[in-house]
Formats: sequence, structure tokens, C-alpha cells
Amino acid sequence: MNHATKPLLEVRDVCVDYVTDTGNARAVNQVSLEIRPGETLGLAGESGCGKSTLAFAISNLHNAPALISEGEILFEDRDVLKMNDEQLRQFRWNEAAMVFQSAMNSLNPVITIGSQLIDVILAHKKVTKQEAWARGEELLETVGIHKSRMTSYPHQLSGGMRQRVVIAIALVLRPKLIIMDEPTTALDVVVEREIMDELYELKEEYGFAILFISHDLGLMGEIADRIGIMYAGKLVELGDAEDILYRAKHPYTRGLVASFPTIHGPKVRLEGIPGSPLNLLETPEGCYFQARCSECMDICLSRDPELITVQQAPLRQVACHVVEAEEVSA
Amino acid sequence: MSEQLQPVETGSAKPSIYVEGLTIDFALDSAIFNRQHMRAVNDVSFILKAGQALAIVGESGSGKSTCARALCRLFEPSAGKIWLQDVDINEKKNQMKQLDFAKEVQMIFQDPFGSLNPVHTIRHHLARPIKLHHPHVSGDELEQRVIEIIERVGLSPARQTADKYPHELSGGQRQRVAIARALAVGAKFILADEPISMLDVSIRLGILNLMEDMKKDGIGFMYITHDIATARYFAERTAVMYVGHMVEWGNSDSVTQNPQHPYTQLLISAVPEAGIRRSKEKMAKKADIPVWKPDSQGCPFASRCLKATDQCREAMPPVTQLAEDHFVRCYLYES
Repeated sequence: MNHATKPLLEVRDVCVDYVTDTGNARAVNQVSLEIRPGETLGLAGESGCGKSTLAFAISNLHNAPALISEGEILFEDRDVLKMNDEQLRQFRWNEAAMVFQSAMNSLNPVITIGSQLIDVILAHKKVTKQEAWARGEELLETVGIHKSRMTSYPHQLSGGMRQRVVIAIALVLRPKLIIMDEPTTALDVVVEREIMDELYELKEEYGFAILFISHDLGLMGEIADRIGIMYAGKLVELGDAEDILYRAKHPYTRGLVASFPTIHGPKVRLEGIPGSPLNLLETPEGCYFQARCSECMDICLSRDPELITVQQAPLRQVACHVVEAEEVSA
Repeated sequence: MSEQLQPVETGSAKPSIYVEGLTIDFALDSAIFNRQHMRAVNDVSFILKAGQALAIVGESGSGKSTCARALCRLFEPSAGKIWLQDVDINEKKNQMKQLDFAKEVQMIFQDPFGSLNPVHTIRHHLARPIKLHHPHVSGDELEQRVIEIIERVGLSPARQTADKYPHELSGGQRQRVAIARALAVGAKFILADEPISMLDVSIRLGILNLMEDMKKDGIGFMYITHDIATARYFAERTAVMYVGHMVEWGNSDSVTQNPQHPYTQLLISAVPEAGIRRSKEKMAKKADIPVWKPDSQGCPFASRCLKATDQCREAMPPVTQLAEDHFVRCYLYES
């Protein structure tokens, strides 16, 4: 990976609030990150940490009660949040496509796979229906489904096949970025493996960048070049995949890594992370992780740690007072 | 097959659940004549021991939940026997009352959001089974027991938790309440059907560790999962199921570290692991998972297996013992 290349996507200090009767829940809190062309950035964290909310923000897909209250999202220097409807329509799918979590719900059950595939082509390209259909068949074959399936309805396909169709639809216009929100979570492990293998091949062929969202750090370690860890709406650690998985600095990241029993290696009792995830409507003073952290200090209760850069190349950022103190003394 | 599953333990007074040749058919249609059936579970035998866990691993539709449901008598077996200690639970003449049986065997479900009644407090959820199974307990003693059980599953402060409603608890806390409910009854066996798959990743381990501690108190677990890594972590023994058949079973470490059946090998090679990009070597053919019928023949994995021979399509392989506690049903290992 050439670190000098210009980022494809820059997310700068983005905040997303969910407006509720009992106050604003800040689901994404001052998150900044960038994705370079062809890179795979993983975003991990447990349910409710804001990773999906951030993904939706990148395509400016939020509707009330969600509100992107601060920040800018630059895609090749154009601010997605300032685009008008027509520009957004052009941007979405042409340049950044999205694969949602449950393929079962993102396909229309009463329309054939083929119609849904060519719908995207017809909406964005000036081609005839026949040309679009041929292109659709070709795409279906690239994701490993026979073209005769163009006339099938979603319920006639298995979960894994539906997920492949959704990936094919994302690839239709050859986008530079594909946002994948837990693409294999609902699938069995063998099917998940097939889809991931397919994805590696497609990525090699088309060279798109991926924002890969998952809670499964094992999977993340396989596909991602870099990993960002989110907790309660904040980015708490960012770095090279290997650094995050084997040399995590933030106590939350360490806890998360230690929450997955491995299939190989020694069998030891793992402790995971005590306590429960934070309620975003009752955020404490100071660090959001304080109540579950084993290394909590006085300062953590009063001052919110900033995301500091502990290493430039490859970029490594951590938001933790403990790490900050170590860095200062080192 | 049963003697291979049950190492001889004469004189052992420890309770166990003993399953032999369990087969469960479901009707596929409502025709009166020539009704089509599918065989969800076919000739499954295993033993659940006090203080130990048996993991049943398999994909969706492999029959693992059906097994558990038969064990807590939600389904009647089409063939085969289930003994709770020395009592055949489906035998009419010594049929236990449902209440007595439920006292011994309890189930924990996957979805902690659906398995607790939203209009009742946690206290109600725990006090009711105690009152039902131990009618003599009441008043302060009942309250005392409820608080003890809440503390035992790691929910604190116990008194405040008892007053809460399910919606006030997180998924992990609710699953702890579901476990507490099984404890309240005094169950000796808990059938846990994917108990952690719907929970946040950071709290899954807490639930597994809680169940691990319960094993020390003599509670036996059947742990149903599709995650073979947690099976190895939590269970002493693991059985791998494919389309209603047990294809490989034994000591969890042997099964996961030294998988022999092609399906187990496929399953383990599919587990994502950081830093390992797979070789492009294909582990299995792409084929649909078959629907097993009572008259289907051969090994259910034959349609996908790369090493399948004509023999595999004709009859289910017999059981081969590979090690002291490691068994497989595959012609590759037939001696």
C-alpha cells in the first residue's frame, strides 16, 4: 500500500445524533478516518457502537431522527454532505455502493433478481434493456450464480446466494468504494467462507476499496488492511490490522480481542469485558469506557481522552489516558 | 453405537441423560395418504453427563435444535430412546409427570428478548418456578432464594434487579435471567440452544464463563452452537452434525484439533482467523444441502464430499473409533 496516495474518502470530525424525546443520543462522536484507493478498512465494535450509523452517514443516507450534526465527509475532495439531490444520486452507487447486513431484507421479494440488477444499470447508464440484461447476466456469473437465475425471485435463492446477488448489485457500476455492513453475519460459517473467498477474488479483479463493518475480529483480521475500533460512538483505536489484533493498546480493544475463543492455540480461560455496553443517553463525564475498564485512573473520570497519534507510518491512533501517560514517559 | 458413547462407569451415581438412536421425522405436507416426511434427526446417540458439557455443532438445518427439543419433550421421537438416569422418558408406563421432568431438564433459548415475559418483573420470573416446583417455599424464604439465584448469575445489585422488568436489562443481563430461571427450578441439565449468538460480543464470554462455573456445581449442559471455537472453549465433548446425522464426535480437543470427517474439516477450515489467508484449495463441492427423507440412502455429505465413492452413496458408514474418545462415521477410516 502506497501511503502517499491521496485518500479516496476522508471522514472529518463527523457527529451523528439521534434526536429522541429524552435527549440526543450521539451515536457517532467526532470520528475522523480516511480510506485510500483499493484499501480495506475494517470498523469493529459491538452493537450500538455507531459503526453502521457512520456507514450510513458516508452515503448521506440518514433520515430523521438521525442528524449529521457536525463534520464533513470528503469523497475525492467533494463534500458528500453538501451535495444536492442530483449530485447525491450520481454519487451513490456510481462511486460508493453499499451491501447491507441482511440480504434477505434488501432485495424486493416480488421482483425478479434480474429486474433488480438491471434497475440499477438503467437508472445510471444510457443503455438499452437488452444490454443491461446481458451485463446483469455477466455480473451474476462473476459472483458464482448461473445466469438462468436472473428470472428467479429472492425467496427461490438460499441466504448465501441472495448475499451474492446483493454483492453483484453493488458491483454493477464499478464503484471505487463498497461499504459492507456485516455482509456475512446472518450466514453459516461455510457459506460465509465461500462469500469471503469470492470477495477476495472480486477485489483483486476490480480493485475497489472496502469499508468493512463487522463485530467479528477474526474475519476482520483476514480481510482488513487497517482496523478502527469504535466504542459508544467514538473511535478509540486505529491502526494496522496486525497491530490492532496482536498489539492492541486500548483496554477496550484488548478486551474485545480476548473475547473470541480461538479454534487453534492453547485453551485458556478468557475473561472478556465486564459490564454492559454504554447507554448513549446516560454518558458519563470523562472516558466512556471508564465503568468497564480495568485500568481506570482518576483522570479518566473527569477528562475525555483525545485520539492521539502514537505512530505516523503506519498511522496508529489511540484515545486512552493510560496510553497517553505511557507515551509521555517513554 | 451406545457402548462406544458411554465409557463404562459402573457404580457411578452421577445422573446422566442417555440418548440412543434418536430419530425425528416431520411431515412435509398434510396429505392423508402417501404423506411425505423429512428426517430432521437420524439415528443420533449421545450421553449428557453431570458437570460436563456436550457441544452439538452444525449449520442451520442440521437438526441440532430438534435434538434439544426432543430432549425436553417438546417433540416426540419417531424412533429411539431417551433415558433420564434409568427412566425411559417416553415409555408410557413409567412416564414421568411433565413437572417432575422439567425439574431436571431446562432449556435456554437463543433470543433473550423473546424468552422473558415483558409484563412481569424479574422477581416474578424467578419466584414462579420456585413456587411451582417447591410449593412449601414461601414468604421470606422465597425472597431469599430469588435473591440468591440472582446473585449467583452475577447480576448486582440483586434486590434492585429483582424489581426490574425485562426491557430495563441488556441482552446479556436477560440471558443471565434465563439461566437463573433454569437454576430456580433446580435443573440438573440445561439445554442451551445458541445461548450467546444474539449477544454483544464483549459479553458473550461472561455468559460462557458463568455456565462454565455452573458445571462445577454438577450441572450438565448440552451446548448447541454453530461456532466451533466456542464449542472447544466451553464443552468437554463435541459432536458434529450434518443434515440430522452425527458425523464425528468425541473429546472437543481431538475433534477440533484433529478433525477427520471431511465435513468437520470443511467446517474448521471455514472459521475465520486473523492473519490467515486461505489456500485456494477447495474443501467441498458446491451443492445444495440435501433434504433427508426416511428412505434416503448413504452418507448425507456424499453430494458435497470430494472423496465420496459409490459406497458412500449407498449406505451410511458405520462408526469407527479413532482414539479413546474420538469417533467418526466415514468410509475413509473404516478398518
